[in-house]
Amino acid sequence: MINPFAPIGRSTLGIFAETGRFSMFAARAIASIFSPPYFVGQLGRQCFQIGYLSLPVIGLTAVFIGAALALNIYVGGARFNAESFVPNIVVLGITRELGPVLAGLMLAGRVSAGIAAEIGTMRVTEQIDAMTTLSTDPFKFLIAPRVLAAVLTLPVLVLVADIIGVMGGYLVAVNSLGFNGATYLRNTFNFLENQDVILGLVKAAVFGFIIAVMGAYQGYNSSGGALGVGRATTNAVVGAIVLILAVNYLITAFFVE
Amino acid sequence: MTAKLQLIGLKKKLRGRQVLDGIDLDVAPGTSLVIIGGSGQGKSVTLKCTLGLMKPDAGQVLVDGAEITKMPVEIRARVMRKFGMLFQGAALFDSLSVWENIAFRLIYADNLPRKDARERAIETMRKVRLAPEFADVRPIELSGGMQKRAGLARAIIAKPDILFFDEPTTGLDPITADAINDLIVEMVKELNCAAVSITHDMPSARKIADEIAMLHNGKIVWRGATSTLDASGNAMVDQFVAGRADGPIQAVV
Repeated sequence: MINPFAPIGRSTLGIFAETGRFSMFAARAIASIFSPPYFVGQLGRQCFQIGYLSLPVIGLTAVFIGAALALNIYVGGARFNAESFVPNIVVLGITRELGPVLAGLMLAGRVSAGIAAEIGTMRVTEQIDAMTTLSTDPFKFLIAPRVLAAVLTLPVLVLVADIIGVMGGYLVAVNSLGFNGATYLRNTFNFLENQDVILGLVKAAVFGFIIAVMGAYQGYNSSGGALGVGRATTNAVVGAIVLILAVNYLITAFFVE
Repeated sequence: MTAKLQLIGLKKKLRGRQVLDGIDLDVAPGTSLVIIGGSGQGKSVTLKCTLGLMKPDAGQVLVDGAEITKMPVEIRARVMRKFGMLFQGAALFDSLSVWENIAFRLIYADNLPRKDARERAIETMRKVRLAPEFADVRPIELSGGMQKRAGLARAIIAKPDILFFDEPTTGLDPITADAINDLIVEMVKELNCAAVSITHDMPSARKIADEIAMLHNGKIVWRGATSTLDASGNAMVDQFVAGRADGPIQAVV
């Protein structure tokens, strides 16, 4: 007789096993960052790839989100005569939540997928094995620079997203909703507190870590040719997004409490 | 004489199948051993276990008499510097130029200045008859034979004590394959190193081997000098060398 609980048990064990493997991988990635040799050139290249080349997508996302946020808050606020709170809520929403989360989600698509595809292809074409035979640890050469670059550059990208997002709200508020520009900016800066920005930057660094490690983990463990690399890429994006949203809640709850 | 490389009772099970079932092999300095065998018989797994890319379930891998499978990673990395490896598909790094691929170990493991590493890479390119004007192109722009030459240059640049070749002629036309075989023989002689190759290309095996071992069902079923291959007295070797479908080895199609 088929035990109806067996598939549930198998899935649960599978989830725990995968979580364990991912945690071990992440721990090895962290250890690789702090132990020599350090591949500074690789770090620079990855900062350029992950950070600089992500600026357009981050900027575009932020400006439209800031603009839409301003419109929505204006409409919502109008229901209880609170239209004047648009600048305050836009800056709060962007810096604490939307800036880091949307930057994280966009980079989960751009960076995590890219890392998984690149490392996955290297795995299935034996380039990672070749690197090992050339006395070079793939964790130190491939993974550590990507993880460190993502952790360092994502906060910078979020800072840029915060500024552009607030400007998006400002442009809509001043040009379409009749706000005075100077008053809008004064209200924005008066309301903003350091901890709002710090919360966003902490989230960004953690999301950067998740994005790079998830992409590297999926790519490093891929197998089965092009199909396997495709699967690794999909898993990297989905895994990174789910983890980002879950960790976002945990960090927010921790800071609120 | 101490064997340069020795495998003792190497065992490995993959997905419930005993792929290696107690492999015993040794290679003396300056000799070239070729492991032949059908697809899926464990040739690549033998090589991966030897190179430390896969952990054997049991058995030992000795390099110059030192057991390396249980060595700490840092110490094993030092032993690995004695190895050079040519992969089946060359396994060149797409993101680097040809000379950077060839000099990879010198730049990133031995910390040689890039200028010196480039000179060594170009000198090695000449040795494997790869024109220096290809130094700055990406590997994707090279033909299959040229990629193999670049892979060979990468394997020999640090003057290894043991060279490994994984299907060195697979996917090449007969003339290019023969040229690669000639290069392998020449490089092994020049470096006076031990060489271990795996292949199912018999003309290649005959050309590059001093000794041939046949792997079947995870075991070495025959081993002898290349000159004795045609009189091995082993039905499996005879069938494999003749390339017949009928015989003790059942083809899996």
